[in-house]
Amino acid sequence: MNSAEPILEAHGLVKKYGQVVALNGAEFELYPGEILAIIGDNGAGKSTLIKALSGALQPDEGEIKLGGERVHFRSPRDARRAGIETVYQDLAVAPALDIASNVFLGRETRRRGLVGRLLRILDKRGMRREAARHFQELGIAVQSIGEAVENLSGGQRQGVAVARAAAWARRLVIMDEPTAALGVKETGQVLELIKRVRERGLPVILISHDMPHVFELADRIHIMRLGRRVAVVTPKTHTMPEAVAIMTGATPSELDNILTKKGSDE
Amino acid sequence: MGSTGTLQLVRRVITAPTVGPFIALVATMAFFSLRTDRFFQAQNFSLVLQQVMIVGVLAIGQTLVILTAGIDLSVGTVMALGQVIMTKLAVANGVPAVPALLLGILTCVGFGALNGGLVTGVRLPPFIVTLGTLNIAFALTHIVSNDLTFTDLPKLELFWGRTFTISGTDFTYGVVLMLILYAITWYGLNETAWGRHVYAVGDNREAARLTGINTNRVLLSVYLLAGLTYGIAAWLLVGRTEVGDPNAGQTTENLDSITAVVLGGTSLFGGRGTIIGTLIGALIVGVFRNGLTLIGVSVIYQYLVTGILVILAVSIDQLTHRRPA
Repeated sequence: MNSAEPILEAHGLVKKYGQVVALNGAEFELYPGEILAIIGDNGAGKSTLIKALSGALQPDEGEIKLGGERVHFRSPRDARRAGIETVYQDLAVAPALDIASNVFLGRETRRRGLVGRLLRILDKRGMRREAARHFQELGIAVQSIGEAVENLSGGQRQGVAVARAAAWARRLVIMDEPTAALGVKETGQVLELIKRVRERGLPVILISHDMPHVFELADRIHIMRLGRRVAVVTPKTHTMPEAVAIMTGATPSELDNILTKKGSDE
Repeated sequence: MGSTGTLQLVRRVITAPTVGPFIALVATMAFFSLRTDRFFQAQNFSLVLQQVMIVGVLAIGQTLVILTAGIDLSVGTVMALGQVIMTKLAVANGVPAVPALLLGILTCVGFGALNGGLVTGVRLPPFIVTLGTLNIAFALTHIVSNDLTFTDLPKLELFWGRTFTISGTDFTYGVVLMLILYAITWYGLNETAWGRHVYAVGDNREAARLTGINTNRVLLSVYLLAGLTYGIAAWLLVGRTEVGDPNAGQTTENLDSITAVVLGGTSLFGGRGTIIGTLIGALIVGVFRNGLTLIGVSVIYQYLVTGILVILAVSIDQLTHRRPA
């Protein structure tokens, strides 16, 4: 199917909350340069899986490998340090700060020499220049990089979050429902942006409820059900109704039909 | 640099956050200048500055706290406690001036740590925390002082009240210290990563946390520094009044420090505001109190006016910065 080694993989992930089994032996692979969509009904374990991959929670069992090496993320900070950036649905930006400050938030660079080391003075010009370069590379149009984020449209704001993630991610970007808070036109802008992130060579994990978007963007679709990965399909081999059928747990015979029909293609 | 450059410059000047407060200050001064000849005089300005220096320094700490979307109601009583401790130790307990001052300031820093610890550790709302510490500091002030006023203070404790003269006008060293503290705070807020993080925490705490900022550490640093400014304000107060008075700083200072911050254009919702605005706001408060006294308005009406002013300023803040739902 894919000859390259997965950049991020997980095997046999289990996570229980008391009696509730959120992850029940989940498998996961993300390959270089792809957009992998994760779909699943509410409670299927998508967000638990994503939290495990991004360090927001620790699985009870199973292993996660990044670039072939086993990793243990104890916090999102660990994952970030390992080169995994996350874009959240709820526009996690500081609206009163300007664009460049948001892109560099928590990673500010200081000026060189004594003023930087002793007085810890920020390299504002350098950060603006860098932020502007990232925006240009991703094709995000803004009037000025010094503009406060609150003056931007919702799509542009999410653009800031995506640009920040793309700027700092060395390995991959996780996008957790990045268009959930946006209108139609703005959603289109962000989808374009996600494609450009892939074009830059960064693999993307996309969690979305929106089937048309998933089928438009994804190279592969990872389908979760009852805490497991039940199938990985592609937009070429499966239709939307088929993916939904797998996701919602169609009857065994229906599922058999879908899977055998496709099985012969591979 | 063409006409667009000029236009942008004009736009930036007009939309600069300190322009509104500055216009308000000029208007206030113009008003009192027209009402009384005694207002617009160098010696009166020197007096205004002396009155402003204490609220001005308190307002620095208050600005930091409000920028993080908090509020500090304990400013006045914490300062009063610091002031009573530094004077009592020196006068009644024979402690040399330097350790007495340090212990007084340290007490205020301790209250900052208590406020910050409760806000970050127990996750209590700053309003409730500081309402509690307001009362604790108030009680301690009276317990420690035994309701006595301390006089005959060592010279060092009175230092910031001493004056120097520039072309016939007296200035206290305390005013100079206040301006230096404003400059340092400006530098911290505008030129360092810490400043960005203070704004970010007040603006969108969750977003700040998600970018990897240790929001609790930022908040704690803010409350500690606020405590430090109240300690310095206590020293300034001793310098100005030349006594350690258990009844000082317990009525007007709390509201005045908040008024100064809000009039200076800092949003009570956090994340927006400037330290220069607070300085202008403190001057507005000082000019108001001074001007109303000069034109013979009784003190009780000054309370009335300050109360109305604060509500007006907060209303403007609410109407201009109302967040989209």
